[in-house]
Amino acid sequence: MQVNENFKPVIVAFCCNWCSYAGADLSGTNRLNYPANVKIIRVPCSCRVNPMFILRAFQKGADGVIICGCHPGDCHYTSGNYFTRRRITLLYSMLDFLGIERKRTRLEWVSAAEGAKFASVMEQFVSDVQKLGPNRRLEDLRCRKQ
Amino acid sequence: MQEAMIKRAVQLLADGTVNRVMGWKRGEFVYDITPAVFTTAEELEKDFVCDDFTQANLSKYLVKESRKEGKILAFLKPCDTYSFNQLVKEHRIIRENVYVIGIPGGPKLDIEKIKAKGITGILSVENENYTLKIETIYGTETMPFSEAVSGKCSGCKSKKHVAYDELIGDDGEVLDSNRFDMVAKLENMTSQERFDFWRGELSKCIRCNACRNVCPACTCENCVFDNPKSGIDQKAAADSFEEKMFHIIRAFHVAGRCTDCGECSRVCPQNIPLHLLNRKFIKDINELYGEYQAGADTTSRAPLNNYNADDCEPSVVHERGVE
Amino acid sequence: MQRIGVFVCHCGTNIAATVDVKAVAEALGHEAGVVISQDYQYMCSESGQNLVKNAIKEHKLTGVVVCSCSPRMHENTFRKAAASAGLNPYLVEIANIREQCSWIHKDIASATEKAIILGRAAIAKVHLNTPLTSMESPVVKRALVIGGGIAGIQTALDIAEAGFEVDIVEKEPTIGGKMAQIDKTFPTLDCAACILTPKMVEASQNEKITIHSFSEVSDVKGFVGNFTVTIKKKARYVDETKCTGCGLCTEKCPMKKVPNEFNMGLDNRRAVYIPFAQAVPKVATIDPNYCMMLKNGKCGVCSKVCSAGAIDYKQTDRFVEQKYGAIVVATGFNPIKLDKYDEFAYSYCPDVVTSLELERLMNAAGPNGGTLLRPSDKTHPHTIVFVQCVGSRCDDGKGKQYCSKICCMYTAKHAMLIREKYPDTEVYVFYIDVRTPGKNFDEFYRRAVEQYNVHYIKGMVGKVSPKADGKIDVQASDLLAGEQLHINADMVVLAAAIEPDKTARPLATMLTTQMDTNDFFTEAHPKLRPVESATAGIFLSGACQGPKDIPETVAQASAAAAKAIGLLCKNSITCNPCVAHSDELMCNGCSACEKVCPYGAITYQDKEFRMPNRTTAVRRVASVNPAVCQGCGACTVACPSGAMDLNGFSNSQIMAEVDAICK
Repeated sequence: MQVNENFKPVIVAFCCNWCSYAGADLSGTNRLNYPANVKIIRVPCSCRVNPMFILRAFQKGADGVIICGCHPGDCHYTSGNYFTRRRITLLYSMLDFLGIERKRTRLEWVSAAEGAKFASVMEQFVSDVQKLGPNRRLEDLRCRKQ
Repeated sequence: MQEAMIKRAVQLLADGTVNRVMGWKRGEFVYDITPAVFTTAEELEKDFVCDDFTQANLSKYLVKESRKEGKILAFLKPCDTYSFNQLVKEHRIIRENVYVIGIPGGPKLDIEKIKAKGITGILSVENENYTLKIETIYGTETMPFSEAVSGKCSGCKSKKHVAYDELIGDDGEVLDSNRFDMVAKLENMTSQERFDFWRGELSKCIRCNACRNVCPACTCENCVFDNPKSGIDQKAAADSFEEKMFHIIRAFHVAGRCTDCGECSRVCPQNIPLHLLNRKFIKDINELYGEYQAGADTTSRAPLNNYNADDCEPSVVHERGVE
Repeated sequence: MQRIGVFVCHCGTNIAATVDVKAVAEALGHEAGVVISQDYQYMCSESGQNLVKNAIKEHKLTGVVVCSCSPRMHENTFRKAAASAGLNPYLVEIANIREQCSWIHKDIASATEKAIILGRAAIAKVHLNTPLTSMESPVVKRALVIGGGIAGIQTALDIAEAGFEVDIVEKEPTIGGKMAQIDKTFPTLDCAACILTPKMVEASQNEKITIHSFSEVSDVKGFVGNFTVTIKKKARYVDETKCTGCGLCTEKCPMKKVPNEFNMGLDNRRAVYIPFAQAVPKVATIDPNYCMMLKNGKCGVCSKVCSAGAIDYKQTDRFVEQKYGAIVVATGFNPIKLDKYDEFAYSYCPDVVTSLELERLMNAAGPNGGTLLRPSDKTHPHTIVFVQCVGSRCDDGKGKQYCSKICCMYTAKHAMLIREKYPDTEVYVFYIDVRTPGKNFDEFYRRAVEQYNVHYIKGMVGKVSPKADGKIDVQASDLLAGEQLHINADMVVLAAAIEPDKTARPLATMLTTQMDTNDFFTEAHPKLRPVESATAGIFLSGACQGPKDIPETVAQASAAAAKAIGLLCKNSITCNPCVAHSDELMCNGCSACEKVCPYGAITYQDKEFRMPNRTTAVRRVASVNPAVCQGCGACTVACPSGAMDLNGFSNSQIMAEVDAICK
């Protein structure tokens, strides 16, 4: 596949406040570079991420959506990420079933101590989406920037 | 069957057990069946029908009916009792206010399949030993019963009533259906093929909301698609994505709650196989989190409101099927 | 119309080196609703904060966006600044342009572009922010301790010491728990009763402590600071207020053949009994399963001999309702049942005993008065085999996967005590590993091996077979020597795994606290909050949270007490206002939210609603208790109708951020 080097995918990352958002902060503190395409939205827990948010992001032109939460068993709210895991697994499976490229969606567990993991996950994800090219299958054309 | 049902309904009205009866009545044509509430013996004897066309799932109507004064009698087919149970479990139907008579299920007939044979001007349809004798204004036509069976009945999951106060006819068993075959077939296509398939199907959507309005799992007081505050309210399908968004969110909202009654596809005027979306969730839930049949009981925990510490990771999506 | 102020921080050069802060301030100044957009060197400094405060007053701001470091650093700083300038603190949003922008990007153009987008997202969010106020919820200054073992006693004593009323609910007729049954304690070998019974007396005499013995918790309602608990006081057929504990009834009762549970069924008690001499409260209890009077109305001896007139055959279960601010769970443990372990002959050979039974056999107050005799023929055993990990560290599904933690040490203690008292006895210990971390623990174990010549053999016992001559053949493997052994033993002692008490599971449901798959209570954080449950106001003490020895239990008991005291000290608690709330008009009452709430914060009511045509309808609707909700948001996604939303992170706020980023 032809990879368009000039294509800068829009990536929305939902990060839980207690682990992944802190992990993202740590990768900053450690000056670990990852692509500027990634824009983080802070949520209290990964279980706050409603499938509607993910679809909305795609509708408004995101090329990839990633959710980051505490490792299973480490949820600040004890069980939130377990619910996330089921919901998001099923949602991603449905998107795949509808023919949406599976590498546009991702769920990762990143702890507050894993700054390096956060950076490498983002690096990898952006590169995967870069290869896929712009999101055509799920974008709402009306909302596209002229 | 119909006579037995009317007889029992009249009895229960007479002895005061119930003050209303939920059933079906006929419209302009024999196959034009609509759910109806009857309050007197006369109405029942005049209009009540139960035949090869009475497919409609009555459970959803009981959400409102069970909140009215007095008890209502409802005739439920096996598949309808699953929806009924699910709604009882979600506190949507008040169980004490419903008297359930379980009646045998289908297979029921799909008029569109008869019309598809070029048969028009239909006056009556009789089933004689699994051959349909169809009287039309142009004369009598015949066709095999099996060729006119409704899509919702061809993948029947169960002939067993999971909720009833009494039965008319015999109870059946849970069936070993092949209802996931089409989902599996799609799973084995490539991503592009699946996209093309669904674009082809969903682009037919006219956003009439019939699927939502008939769905016994869609009983929200105020649907997110009608609520301007939800941020996703939509009235019309202006483009391909909005159709997808509607159907994905609807399928997700009923995931783990959908009993696979098949009403969504039955009522779709565009014949979109919407039940495949729900079946995809059911198939995934069964495979990933253990067999679960929504509505089989009123106490079990819905799979999306439950978890196991050792549930599979979402990467399973990447590992299965074809990209 | 919104009036939003944007404040872009340079953070010295931390931000300004890679983000063109002036360009960011300029670009964000053009966003809808923004009336002032400024940059400053150190926004968190006093003069920076003053800049924000003055702008709030001068421009009558309705919202503030600070583009600076992570909200985890200074969100509170700026919220406080806003509050002091008269703006609701929850109308402040932070755009993280340091940790998540300037520090990770090197290219000024792209970092500046990203900073502008992050700023836009924050502005989009703040447009939808609503003023939030923290609720205050009063604290009832009384604690409940569930379980009266050493953990519960210690917790109660510590809380009482701090000046608060404490109630202990104990299901047995006496407090004391497992420790009361133990003979000596490791690693000091002092007598358990000698250190426990004074504490039991202290608890009973402390005027702040009320002991509900022979009682159970039957219902819990409410939330942190304000629990309402119903305690079931089981009928003991003896008036506690009248009984003097003289014990005459327990001597005269004709029903002599009741297995004595305190001595693990190794001897008998009467139908009316006091579990042991130092019981607290020292009050008799009639066992209705054996009492002839209660069973068929024929007897009445105890009533005749009781000069205090305390016997009351008509007594029934009583229910007491009490309010508490804090609840401490101390339900403890039990050894597992060994009926699945046929290979050890436990169920049919009386000389195969569990370690807790051995404690009673060796105890001066036990069935043999402290002389170790075989239960079968009351002879002195000369060869004793200890089997470790019976049901612990099991993967076969019969036992528990975890290590019971205390067995290695108590077995070393047993072996040592036996060798000390009966030097002619050979003692063998079969083990998988010997685990003795802890102060003076390994030294203790080595003394058993080196000074007392206890034979420690690495290997598992395969089969225990009683022989016709009364001896027991123990077949085992010695893994280090690589050989099969047959030991001709007189007694076999099984170190049975320990498990949480069976009452814990229903209790956890009542308390809406979490448990792990083994039924141990789950702590709020495994490292940082080990004595709190995830449910606010519920604390964990002792082995209900995981296997523990006595020193650890006592330490945790005091820690739980400290946490409870910390709560009880407050007159009211300030609640986090970023909690879920349900829109009644949209709620279906389907209970999905309740199922995913880890805190039990959601309840349902039937409410009457106005409907069209002057009618009304009653609907079941959810309501969230803001004092209990911790704001995770799990319910908001479980809710299909979107009735449930989260303050501070509402659906529309997050969606506005999404839109701003994807624009």
